[in-house]
Amino acid sequence: MQILMNQLRLATARFTPGRAVVAAMLVGPVAGALLAFAAVAAQEENVVTIDNFTFTAPELTVAVGTTVKWVNHDDIPHNVVNKDKLFRSKALDTDDSYSFTFASAGTYDYFCGLHPHMQGKIIVK
Amino acid sequence: MANEGPDDRKKGLGRREVLECMVWAGTGVLWTITGGVPHSVGLIGEAAAAESVKGFTFLQMSDSHIGFDKAANPDALGTLREAVAKVKAMPNKPSFIVHTGDITHLSKPAEFDNADKVFGETGVQIHWVPGEHDIIDEDRGKAYLERYGKGSKGAGWYSYDDHGVHFIGLVNVVDLKGGGLGNLGAEQLAWLEADLKDKSASTPIVVFSHIPLYVLYKDWGWGTEDGQRALDMLKRFGSVTVLNGHIHQLAQKVEGNMTFHTALSTAFPQPAPGSAPSPGPMVVPADQLRSKLGLSTVTVMQGNKPLAIIDKTLA
Repeated sequence: MQILMNQLRLATARFTPGRAVVAAMLVGPVAGALLAFAAVAAQEENVVTIDNFTFTAPELTVAVGTTVKWVNHDDIPHNVVNKDKLFRSKALDTDDSYSFTFASAGTYDYFCGLHPHMQGKIIVK
Repeated sequence: MANEGPDDRKKGLGRREVLECMVWAGTGVLWTITGGVPHSVGLIGEAAAAESVKGFTFLQMSDSHIGFDKAANPDALGTLREAVAKVKAMPNKPSFIVHTGDITHLSKPAEFDNADKVFGETGVQIHWVPGEHDIIDEDRGKAYLERYGKGSKGAGWYSYDDHGVHFIGLVNVVDLKGGGLGNLGAEQLAWLEADLKDKSASTPIVVFSHIPLYVLYKDWGWGTEDGQRALDMLKRFGSVTVLNGHIHQLAQKVEGNMTFHTALSTAFPQPAPGSAPSPGPMVVPADQLRSKLGLSTVTVMQGNKPLAIIDKTLA
């Protein structure tokens, strides 16, 4: 339970407490832990996966200050390159990931520098 | 079936798709060109007679992907060794090898070391161009240039002459633009124009790069954004042969005096254009893998200028 509560704290520390987390704290340890998992799962919403030479989701909207993580699930390396050169990952081998924190609002187009037909977009509001 | 991985990539590959791949790969068709017109001479088993013809011969090898160890081929170094064994066993030693890129999978020093060691066993000079997998070190291509870039310009392009043929190695994997294809860039195109300026139109030209210079399949990025500009510069020549890799399967076409050929990989096959969700490594049954890997022998015969390309598989 200690671990679960730590995760709850982690979740609340990282994110603006949403209703789920607030409810988790109110309802009690067991239900709270379950809901905390839901909050951790919500964290996955800021993950862009790479499967079959495709960024998913191809377009992601996040709040200012959000860290977006890209994870490559392909057998082939890819990387993440911002069109305006604000960020550029190293080559990501299978299951490697790259994170970038978006400090200001805007639209950030990116592509794979190895396979530039792969494109995506992060919208920061 | 030992090579099948836990992934479900194979699920999408029905009998029909397999047959399409086989048709596309056209494994082992020998063909010759006379005056720009291709003649299919026969299958690989019938190629022995053509192989014994005296001429100037070089090899094209491609997409070794040293370091690749996934389901599509857990031992890419092992299959390269098999390919090199075939080179060593050739009765007529080739003049040199042209390697059309993706020597390594991840540009790691140990991968380059292993590749160099095995390729060194051929005892044949090798002319390299980088693939996109060869320039993903921290310094984005420095490792490649330090090893193979001697005497080259820019990101590693160069030309040389051998047996009266002008060979041009181009780099189209650097500074790629979002949404685009392979890229040569203005600097390289200017260099190419100057390189060709004083060449007589009767000089046979062989140009090689990693990604196909023409657009073979745009949806998968199989082409070069400004490749047509290079091809336009080559149009005035009587015999132009364009050798590429990248797509890990055979594709051939002839346009006027230009012949295009992409080689097999020595590491793993890729699906025919549009036949799979992505161009990623294609898992085939282990007993079929070597029939989808290979190397090409290019023979340039003196005088009447027929040029023959024989694609050999590792099977």
